[in-house]
Amino acid sequence: MSDTTLSAAQRLVGVDIQESETNRAVVEAIEADNPDCSVQHMPGLVRITCPGRLVVNRETVEERLGREWETHEFQMAIVTYFGHIKEWDDDEIVIAWNH
Amino acid sequence: MTIAPDASRSASKKTRKLPMKQRYQALTRDLDWEPSYVDPKDMFPYTEFEGIKIHDWSKWEDPFRLTVDAYAKYQAEKDKRLYAVLDGFAQGQGHLSLTDASYLNTMKLFLQGVTPLEYQAHRNFAYLARHLAGPGPRFAALCQSIDEIRHAQTEIHTLSNYNKYYSGLHNYLQQHDRVWYLSVPKSFFDDALSAGPFEFLIAIGFSFEYLLTNLLFVPFMSGASFNGDLPTMTFGFSAQSDESRHMTLGLEAIKFLLEQDEDNVPIVQEWIDKWFWRGYRVTGLVAQMLDYMLPRKVMSWKEAFELYFEQQMMQGLFQDLAFYGITPPRHVEQALSEKEILSHQVYWVLYQFSHAAAFTTSVPDDEHMAWLSATYPDTFDKYFRPLWEKERRNIAAGGRHFVRGLPQLCQVCQIPMTFTEPGDPTTIAQRVSVYEGEKFNTCSDGCQWIFEREPEKYVQAWLPVHQIYQGNCGGPTLPDVLAWYGLQDGDSGEHKGSRDDLNWQRWHAQTPTGLGAEGEQ
Ligand SMILES: [Fe+2]
Ligand SMILES: [Fe+2]
Ligand SMILES: [Zn+2]
Repeated sequence: MSDTTLSAAQRLVGVDIQESETNRAVVEAIEADNPDCSVQHMPGLVRITCPGRLVVNRETVEERLGREWETHEFQMAIVTYFGHIKEWDDDEIVIAWNH
Repeated sequence: MTIAPDASRSASKKTRKLPMKQRYQALTRDLDWEPSYVDPKDMFPYTEFEGIKIHDWSKWEDPFRLTVDAYAKYQAEKDKRLYAVLDGFAQGQGHLSLTDASYLNTMKLFLQGVTPLEYQAHRNFAYLARHLAGPGPRFAALCQSIDEIRHAQTEIHTLSNYNKYYSGLHNYLQQHDRVWYLSVPKSFFDDALSAGPFEFLIAIGFSFEYLLTNLLFVPFMSGASFNGDLPTMTFGFSAQSDESRHMTLGLEAIKFLLEQDEDNVPIVQEWIDKWFWRGYRVTGLVAQMLDYMLPRKVMSWKEAFELYFEQQMMQGLFQDLAFYGITPPRHVEQALSEKEILSHQVYWVLYQFSHAAAFTTSVPDDEHMAWLSATYPDTFDKYFRPLWEKERRNIAAGGRHFVRGLPQLCQVCQIPMTFTEPGDPTTIAQRVSVYEGEKFNTCSDGCQWIFEREPEKYVQAWLPVHQIYQGNCGGPTLPDVLAWYGLQDGDSGEHKGSRDDLNWQRWHAQTPTGLGAEGEQ
């Protein structure tokens, strides 16, 4: 296990999202903004992983949802994540490793 | 700035808010003050005795940038959604759409073993919310404290729906304090509660909430979703959505401590070593739940462990922490090497002692055994299938097996001696340490290392078996002890033919809708 010396940009980060109507838009937005991500469906959950960095953009979510969406609302969707929350402001949420 | 309403503003439905970062600064950080007539050491008396050095509390980050208004708004919304589901479930006789009555054994274990920990977490985060010397971590701890009491309450409300119809859910608080297998999670948390504030942050905030939370909670919730338990899935995900904030607090805590002073690094490393192993031993209960208790399997313990621990923590997190000189937890190799035997060993113990538990167990059926063989090709058929086949012969001969004696417990994790020597799944491991002329037994190198690091703490452990022998548990006979545990008819033993099983069969035979189903009391 410790022979893996991948850089922060290569190691996977990810987020698990509850499966729901609203969250489908969030998942679609993440897929659109993170072309390298992979999406896995588990009971009640959608799991999205990306190498190095995962971003959630408010505008992309709003386009898909057809209404205003504040990034705080991501708290209603997220079940767990791995990586660090590097940024969480009005416009985007970024999950990445630091080192 | 003009006071008169201008057209463009009143036309927009939204009042203008400060950007998130400034709002957080104003509402969370700026409300702090410097004491003028009280010595800061008197105001925050618990921040130095553990040897941790903090130079600048303002360096603590809260990436969620949570403010009290946003917190209240979203938490209220989460509760509203949950209670709508609970109402619908109760009105629609939802309990009849579970996969099987035996599924609820997982929820009995959860209510007895985990819900009281939520309440204890609430208490200790309230303490941190008072005693950490920086406004950022204090506010994050306050939110977590309120979250944790919400978890305790919503879990109790959710599972109370089942208490009306099923056994084993009626007396979980008393049982948490008294019953042998529940001393495993209880003593784990008591260990953390009786530590200092920084050790608690690493024990619960980091090790429990970040390192192990996915192994502890996500399997329960996915299991619920897969077995028709909509209310539990809903409370679970409702609680888990707070969990991502708790994970963040744990991770920020560790980064903060490591960045504040190099002298903190070895202290934090020892806490990681200790609390990884403490937490990992508790996850044995989850392992057997995934592989044995769920009627419909979600994922095996091995898969969960590989995904949530090896991939995310070993290959993700610990690579990151290496930057600070932090190494993977001591004894992690042992945990990795146990992943194909852990669940089998733990369930075998629970099976044999379930006459003294508030849940029921059964021998796996053919389909279940086939799944176990396929999932654990290197271990199940070789080491564990023979046990179950022998037990089937016992049952055919009319003798379902319960152990009548009492087991030796590990002085640290309090699990009966059942774990085996590294690389040898047939030899039970037992370590012996001597402290002040007395012998103390532990289940593994991990638990022994923890014991020997702080023997003065662990010699005080409330070990259920010792307590029975000392006459502190209701009396000398098994019925005396079970009465003292608060167990009632139908709570314990074999599932097949148990009260829950018979009710279940009756309800499902009776009417297609099952309307009006009443538990036999
Ligand atoms: Fe919780
Ligand atoms: Fe938590
Ligand atoms: Zn132990």
